[in-house]
Amino acid sequence: MKTFRIGGVHPAENKLSAAEPIKIADLPKIAVFPMGQHIGAPAKPIVKKGDKVKVGQMIAEAGGFVSAPIFSSVSGTVLKVDTVVDASGYAKPAVYITVEGDEWDEAIDRSDKLVTLKDKPELTGKEIIEKIQKAGIVGMGGACFPCHVKLMPPPGSKPEWVIINAVECEPYLTADHRLMLEKADQILVGVSLLMKAANVNKGYIGIESNKPDAIKLMQEKVSAYPNIEVVPLKVKYPQGGEKQLIDAVVGRQVPAPPALPVSVGAIIQNVGTAYAVYEAVMKNKPLFERVVTVTGKSLKQPSNFLTRMGTPMSQLIDACGGLPEDTGKVIGGGPMMGKALMNIEVPICKGSSGVLIMNDKEARRGEPQPCIRCAKCVSACPMGLEPYLLATCSGNGMWEKVEAEDITSCIECGSCQFTCPSNRPMLDLIRLGKSTVMGIIRARNAKK
Amino acid sequence: MNVILIAVIVLGAIGLIAALVLFFVSKKFAVKEDPRIGQVSEVLPQANCGGCGFPGCGGFASACVKAADAGSLEGLLCPVGGQPVMEKVASILGMQVGASAPKVAVVRCNGTCENRPRVAVYDGVKSCRVANTTCSGETNCAYGCLGCGDCVAACQFDAIKMNPVTGLPEVDATKCTACGACAKACPRNIIEIRIVSGDKKEAFYVECMNKDKGAVATKACAAACIACMKCEKVCGFDAVHVENNLAYIDPNKCQLCGECEKACPKQVITFMDINGKKPKPKLAAAPAAKTAATAKAATKAAAPKAPSTPREPIIVKYDAPLLPSQQIVLAGTIDLDAPEKQESAGKIAEIEHKYDAPLLPSQQILLGGK
Amino acid sequence: MANKLIVSLSPHVHSNDTVQKNMYGVCIALLPALVCSFVIFGVGAITVTAVSVASCVFFEWAINKYLMKNDKPTVTDGSAILTGLLLAFNVPSNLPLWIMIVGALFAIGVVKMTFGGLGCNLFNPALAGRAFLLISFPVQMTTWPVPMQGFGTYLDAETAATPLSIMKAAVKAGDASILEQLPNAMDMLVGRTGGCLGEVSALAIIVGLIFMLAKKIITWHIPVSIIVTVLVFSGLMNLANPVYASPVAELLSGGLLLGAVFMATDYVTSPMSKKGQLIYGVAIGFLTVVIRTFGAYPEGMSFAILIMNAFTPLINNYCKPKRFGEVAK
Repeated sequence: MKTFRIGGVHPAENKLSAAEPIKIADLPKIAVFPMGQHIGAPAKPIVKKGDKVKVGQMIAEAGGFVSAPIFSSVSGTVLKVDTVVDASGYAKPAVYITVEGDEWDEAIDRSDKLVTLKDKPELTGKEIIEKIQKAGIVGMGGACFPCHVKLMPPPGSKPEWVIINAVECEPYLTADHRLMLEKADQILVGVSLLMKAANVNKGYIGIESNKPDAIKLMQEKVSAYPNIEVVPLKVKYPQGGEKQLIDAVVGRQVPAPPALPVSVGAIIQNVGTAYAVYEAVMKNKPLFERVVTVTGKSLKQPSNFLTRMGTPMSQLIDACGGLPEDTGKVIGGGPMMGKALMNIEVPICKGSSGVLIMNDKEARRGEPQPCIRCAKCVSACPMGLEPYLLATCSGNGMWEKVEAEDITSCIECGSCQFTCPSNRPMLDLIRLGKSTVMGIIRARNAKK
Repeated sequence: MNVILIAVIVLGAIGLIAALVLFFVSKKFAVKEDPRIGQVSEVLPQANCGGCGFPGCGGFASACVKAADAGSLEGLLCPVGGQPVMEKVASILGMQVGASAPKVAVVRCNGTCENRPRVAVYDGVKSCRVANTTCSGETNCAYGCLGCGDCVAACQFDAIKMNPVTGLPEVDATKCTACGACAKACPRNIIEIRIVSGDKKEAFYVECMNKDKGAVATKACAAACIACMKCEKVCGFDAVHVENNLAYIDPNKCQLCGECEKACPKQVITFMDINGKKPKPKLAAAPAAKTAATAKAATKAAAPKAPSTPREPIIVKYDAPLLPSQQIVLAGTIDLDAPEKQESAGKIAEIEHKYDAPLLPSQQILLGGK
Repeated sequence: MANKLIVSLSPHVHSNDTVQKNMYGVCIALLPALVCSFVIFGVGAITVTAVSVASCVFFEWAINKYLMKNDKPTVTDGSAILTGLLLAFNVPSNLPLWIMIVGALFAIGVVKMTFGGLGCNLFNPALAGRAFLLISFPVQMTTWPVPMQGFGTYLDAETAATPLSIMKAAVKAGDASILEQLPNAMDMLVGRTGGCLGEVSALAIIVGLIFMLAKKIITWHIPVSIIVTVLVFSGLMNLANPVYASPVAELLSGGLLLGAVFMATDYVTSPMSKKGQLIYGVAIGFLTVVIRTFGAYPEGMSFAILIMNAFTPLINNYCKPKRFGEVAK
């Protein structure tokens, strides 16, 4: 079975909610839409206090090319345009909407009927990209890179494949897994739309072997699409990393930054993105809801929810039986790369793939001990870096040294810290070093 | 005999050849350095703190020499050595230096454990820069001190310490050289290298960096600036301005009148006296009067015992609510009779010298209030 | 909510691997060899090992507490126990106990703690301790008891010929027939030969190696590269001139396997990257054979490892792991 070549770890999978069908979450009372839900320029609000909005109505326009518009997931009145503390822990501009009823925009096709490319043969690639851009679709895996930007590669690079990331290598999360089981047809239409938009003839869907039911189902369905292939992959973290997935599926390695995946001919999209693309292009439905896994060993009922964006996480946690008494940590996303939250009122955004509850004992980090130079971090690093060295040098402010040691290649997957027997907080320091070095490089480029 | 002779000759020859080689090499590869750089370096403090903006004292010395050749030493200051060292540097280089205002680091956050409730537990590397990327820290204030002590680690002069009770760093103004290392280390820019006004060596500053709206800020911290604009209104010198929901006192315009401090409903504006530690003059009216009374009593008790004249001016002039630092000084006078306290007597004389100045506006106001 | 939430950067899960698990794992892997040495050398083996472990732990604790004033003593992490075991495995089983204690003090006090304790030492403490003892007390360190006299007895210092001394004699005399005195391979594998306490039974060490590989405590790179290099290099020598012992005899004699499996793989003093580990292993294997055949001492393993320990920082500096995407073009 295929997998990527360098490093990797295998954390306990803990896919507690894998057998839970997707439930539709209740509407929130007040929905909150942060303006910075994606990589790139924040969106600009186009509504003001007192405006009436419908489900699917645009409330903020894209702030630039690398940006995405934001749509209301609820109908009601704009309460205020203010700030909200989002998953980063810092206050960001946001639109608050008081929910009244559930009145959808008329343009949205709410029927269950599957619309395939055969039904709309007149669609051109350009039109598809335009629809994707207008629907505010971003990468749904968590990085939230605007989808249309990836489909328009810089001149000189020729995409050869669309690779669909259905790996879900993060422990606990099952949102993509459930989506594949329940919306396989729609996803495949979405994949063919993405292939048409990127003008490529070959699509791959990479799925880790811990989801045999999804692999089986997708392989059955894919027989109708001769250009799409399902690739079962060996379970290894961080296979869902863009570069690792390309290596695993087609065996090419993307060079060090600033090279993009498309420089080796691959366009990576998340399986959730493919579904969103289907809905946007075929059903006229902009991106305003997504599947969120709410899970944790201490939680009464780990579940998968189809959630409107802007719903506070606390509401989803309540729907799973409430926050347990001994909760130590609430994580937005998975345990390897997710963000620990200070505040469970944080709204669900485009990139929120999961909410993970950990009890106090699970949540505490172990006491750091001296580095014994066991080199396990070096073996685990999927980018072939030396985490022990980067962490030590970053801690001592040796920025030239860490830059020379390729710290900017780090994908912050956390494999090094996961594997460290001395419990050293390596990634904390490497992130510090990486952001500092990125700043230094930006300043240097600005000078030129 | 022969053996000894051979040994001597061989060793001598080796020595001679080596000496010749060294001689030629040192001539051939000699690096010419301006002798003045070495001279300037010698008068510098050699703390290599980088506070001047150059890489260490050597870098600063060569910059000084270069600047002197260009005609002016303007803009060059060793913050550690201050004026005296710059005068020495100037005399070596045959230049003149203008006066520059003394500076000191101030911590612009009063988010003590009491004022600012902890809402989360930070469980990462004990570094402010890392904590800053995690979230807003352990509290809801996204602007305040993170309390991991990067500034303490950055200080070369042992002038800044964490107070375990408040969880905030405290600057010892007597040790602070205003090199700016702490200000650079702070990821939230809480530490300001502030000009202390003129000879008085005092300053008022806003002890908060929170740019949230009043309600949000108050929720996060009881001691937050709420941008009520009162300070801006009472200031007669156009020195206080509220921008982005935060007041700032321009040290160049501030006349130390203290009106803003009195007007501030949240006691965010703080008075600092570089001569001593920062007093806590949260002058609620009643305690102030009380302090005045006790201080007066202390003064009276001390006065007759005072063995020598130089202290008397203090007593006369400071017939006003005394600042805590001054009370400490006065308390010292009581013990003065004991010969082993001569050292503190010296301190008193020094203080007397420094305070042999017209009353400060703030003190005049306090006197007038009586 | 009753509790305050904990915040920290990702990752939020950990493999639950610990220093203790690794250190005690190596200790467990050493147990078969310890049992073998008890069977071969009797009570002396156990006494010497116990004294070595106890004094290593004591010195680590005392230095931590009184000299370094550490709040978090590293005694419990098992590294001192491991050093003690390995040091004992490298001495004859009849070594006077006071010499053992001196060796432990040197290993822990000088080689490990002066550099800053766990993780900071440049040289393998146990090996440096052995080298120190070998140079300071050459007579006691090379007086081997005759093996297999029944356990329960504390063997007296008798000089028994070790395979290595036989090999050396053959090289010195230039007479290949001396090599016939070598015990057969089966005896060397089981350990019915003279030698240091822990090194005699190759079989027990191989069991330990398999245990450590299975537990992922070490990777194969260092032991395999050392063993292969020794086999190839000594094989070539043997072909060129039969005065030099056969590769199998080289491999099974002396501390080669013990060194390759337990000493050279010491985390702290071995290179970090796989490429570096291979270079390190090949160099150790080469140096060992060179010292054994051409050097003054019959055993070259410990010196070869110590020499390569000194090169480890250099190897780390020049042997970087292959970066992702480096050869993609």
